[in-house]
Amino acid sequence: MAWNYSEKLKDHFLHPRNVGVLEDADGKGEVGSVACGDALTFYLKTDPQTGRITKATFQTFGCGSAIASASALTEMVIGKTVEEALRITNQDIADYLDGIPQEKMHCSVMGREALEAAVAAMRGEKRAADTHEEGKIVCHCFGVTDRKIERAIRENNLTTVEQVTNYTKAGGGCGTCQAEIEEILNRVLEERRREAPPRPAAAGGARMTQLRKIALIQETIEHEVRPVLQKDGGDIELIDVEGDTVRVSLVGHCAGCMAAGFTTGWIQDKLRELVSDRLTIVIEPPGAAEAQR
Amino acid sequence: MKPIYLDNNATTAVAPEVLEAMLPFLRERYGNPSSIHAFGGDVARDVERARERLAALLGAESPTEIVFTSCGTESDNTAILSALEAYPDRRQFITTRVEHPAVLSLAHHLERKGYEVVRVGVDRDGLLDLVELRAALSPRTAIVSAMWANNETGVVFPVEELARMAHEAGALFHTDAVQAVGKIPIDLRRSAIDMLSLSGHKLHAPKGIGALYVRRGTKFRPFLIGGHQERNRRGGTENVPGIVALGAAAELALRHIQEEQTAVRALRDRLENGILERIPDVIVNGHRERRLPNTSNVSFEFVEGEAILLLLDQAGICASSGSACTSGSLEPSHVLRAMGVPFTFAHGSIRFSLSRYNTAEEIDRVLAELPPIIARLREISPFSRAHPVPDCAATCPTGCRGPKSCTPPAPPEDPDPPRRRFGPQHRRR
Repeated sequence: MAWNYSEKLKDHFLHPRNVGVLEDADGKGEVGSVACGDALTFYLKTDPQTGRITKATFQTFGCGSAIASASALTEMVIGKTVEEALRITNQDIADYLDGIPQEKMHCSVMGREALEAAVAAMRGEKRAADTHEEGKIVCHCFGVTDRKIERAIRENNLTTVEQVTNYTKAGGGCGTCQAEIEEILNRVLEERRREAPPRPAAAGGARMTQLRKIALIQETIEHEVRPVLQKDGGDIELIDVEGDTVRVSLVGHCAGCMAAGFTTGWIQDKLRELVSDRLTIVIEPPGAAEAQR
Repeated sequence: MKPIYLDNNATTAVAPEVLEAMLPFLRERYGNPSSIHAFGGDVARDVERARERLAALLGAESPTEIVFTSCGTESDNTAILSALEAYPDRRQFITTRVEHPAVLSLAHHLERKGYEVVRVGVDRDGLLDLVELRAALSPRTAIVSAMWANNETGVVFPVEELARMAHEAGALFHTDAVQAVGKIPIDLRRSAIDMLSLSGHKLHAPKGIGALYVRRGTKFRPFLIGGHQERNRRGGTENVPGIVALGAAAELALRHIQEEQTAVRALRDRLENGILERIPDVIVNGHRERRLPNTSNVSFEFVEGEAILLLLDQAGICASSGSACTSGSLEPSHVLRAMGVPFTFAHGSIRFSLSRYNTAEEIDRVLAELPPIIARLREISPFSRAHPVPDCAATCPTGCRGPKSCTPPAPPEDPDPPRRRFGPQHRRR
């Protein structure tokens, strides 16, 4: 079969679990819309004694992975407390199904949103997204707010506009909001970088000595990365390599550049392409090299 | 088990006779038709025979009006770019909103290069807005390009009328006839069409071979610049096996053209009527008379197309869909949107496209498999006749008021209202 779906996802599509209306539900969440191509209604019932979810059912208008995501989510939440269930991320849903094709990740995001909506209804709350008081619509084709985009970026470590579209649909219609998505992405990446603690060194590459790796990294930065940055009046400095973590700092124009987030992603891609796909890049503030010396 | 193949607008099976005809040119007869020696020169004669056969299918005045290319896309690009280059003072290109990407993507590209592009709309039946086209034509128009038959709905455009309109403005007329050739009779001797594109793999030849018809006397500028092949109109060593195959396929198509109008049409109608009888809440997309005999595009309300296709695939049935999830973008088919098909239906559209190799038994099997598939998906769906799709604005979780998501584009004013058939009268309630 040509579909790009895991066996488990296919199984949940062909034999969806817990389909239907739950008449005595404590909470019902409705998300998506037919205009946008998929819609999901999620029902929850809890045991008042234990606070655990005893029943969960769903109804989906959507493609194979939308049906499978909702089916998987019902299995995942039954037996959990509401608090435990709310900790389920869209990535957890994808993992449960042994992966969802990238361009279908929005199906798992919709599952998570429906669960939150059902819990909110159960608690008698109004979800922020329902009231639409917070956040502003960025993508008018699919009605996606900046808050939803930001959340998807943070929760799934997204680094490109295309990924944002895969996870939220934003930018997937007329495409006119892609510049705005890029701005949000840059801002969030910038914030994340400031928040992120230095990553621990990963296990070294099996087939490459550390010495060889460092030499290759130096070579790549020298010949592939630096010339490009210098063209824009910037520069890069290699500070250290710990395991698979490459510490660099951006100087000159690159340091305060709006597109710094993209630059980082691009440098990492280059290093992964030319040295090792395990490498992670960490940007240090300018001057870090001096401080270490 | 052999799949039931109802996706012939995507590609077709290579006919056994076609395969036989091309095989010698993949084996012992590998000569280059441009060579001086007989080993190659003889091959040139086979190329010319194929040209004659294709000219016969098209009713062309002369085989020299045929230029072999690599595919329909190349033919489309060649024709449009040739006209723009041959008439540099005319900077406008007119096409339609429902063209294949081979033309629409080029239109977008031309727009960015500074050309003026007009995309003429269609009505709810998929019929072209001739008033809009007439208004767009001007002395700036270099070429009008409109498809003969639509790949998604099968709707046929009045290409002769369009060609005459283009000529009145002094512009050339090109038609992408990739879906029409071999399915409906074509007689270019009695036609005003200047250029016509076709593709081999849509008429039982293999992929990788196409052709462009260029009427004698039409100003032409080559797209691929290279050797003297194709009388200096398309550089590059000829795809001899492909050309011979296309010639053989053209001969077969000419022999079977009536069968398309009768037998294939009868099978298509059996399928379509069978679906409408067996399944509630279905509409047919596209004008039911003015369309190809092999194509049926139907929408199933309350369910989504990709899910239908996957379950059909499980049952060994091949079809395609205009739903967002299968269109390669996140929005449903540009053709259905241009027609103003409501989103509830656009996402649930399925295209069945038949060929003369389909049988009544196959159609009956589809009619047996499809109703439970739709019923099953409708059971999963939150929407039904009892729970109709609510007003978008009321259900949109983000309260979106997006102009594109909530209101499909209004179709242009119909000059001939009784013609409009789309809507309740086609729905079985």
